Amino acid sequence: MIANIIVFPGSNCDRDIKVALEKFQIKCKMIWHQENELPKADLVVLPGGFSYGDYLRCGSMASKSVIMNEVIKHASTGAYVIGICNGFQILTETKLLPGALLRNYMLKFICRRINLIVKNNTTPFTNKYKNKAKIKIPIAHNEGNYYADEATLKKLEENEQIVFQYCDENYEINNNGNPNGSSLNIAGIVNKKQNILGMMPHPERCIENFLGEADGIPFFESLLK
Amino acid sequence: MKFEVFITLKKEVLDPQGKAIENALGSLGIQGIETVRQGKYFSIVIDEKEKNKAEKIVKTACQKLLANETIEEYSFKIVK
Repeated sequence: MIANIIVFPGSNCDRDIKVALEKFQIKCKMIWHQENELPKADLVVLPGGFSYGDYLRCGSMASKSVIMNEVIKHASTGAYVIGICNGFQILTETKLLPGALLRNYMLKFICRRINLIVKNNTTPFTNKYKNKAKIKIPIAHNEGNYYADEATLKKLEENEQIVFQYCDENYEINNNGNPNGSSLNIAGIVNKKQNILGMMPHPERCIENFLGEADGIPFFESLLK
Repeated sequence: MKFEVFITLKKEVLDPQGKAIENALGSLGIQGIETVRQGKYFSIVIDEKEKNKAEKIVKTACQKLLANETIEEYSFKIVK
């Protein structure tokens, strides 16, 4: 498997995701945002960070960069796209995924491990997790408050596009376990075709047992299936 | 032609920053403030003399970049 990792000015998880993908024998190419061609690949990753210093709105400037036309073309062929954190924000700004990510409800940057439920384990990104798996993955964001109008949320539910949901210490999905005010505790979604995933948590940050948590491992193993 | 462009969160979208500012104004003892919503302001000069054409350019800028219409709405007025 080959992955293209898009690097924007201000990306800062680009090398982390490269290390993670390579651990699972996925070959990586780093692609600067001003390139106008994407090498052939199975997967495109939009990494975390603060592209363009979060000017205007998080992800908005990156979503208009030259390379994104190629990412949209890549996605339209059914090939995989993953947007993590800032990458998720970029995906909503390009409208490859519905909704938007607002400022965290409590107006604080949150950087901690969080409990998640794998709501849909039939996607190409989650098929190595058990159904309703209870996992811990770190989050680190200021704008992760997922918002979509009622009609969109209903569609996300009906089409089983909600992939990860925030939950409390007992893995109950409720307000207590919602760190940022996201609608329906949404932490990650896919498009209807299930080839594009956006998520706020960072699976690339928990792939080594010696770091305490390694619940990101099945995420990368899913890609290889 | 010079424009003032305002971007605000849609009414149905919560604005926690606006709410925090509203509370801070209250705690300063400033009376009579009902609600505060925070937004963005842009000053844009368009190289176009015809009003309709200039407005069309601003509208396109709002729709394509300045506002994210999933969560925001825009308004503008000509100042010169």
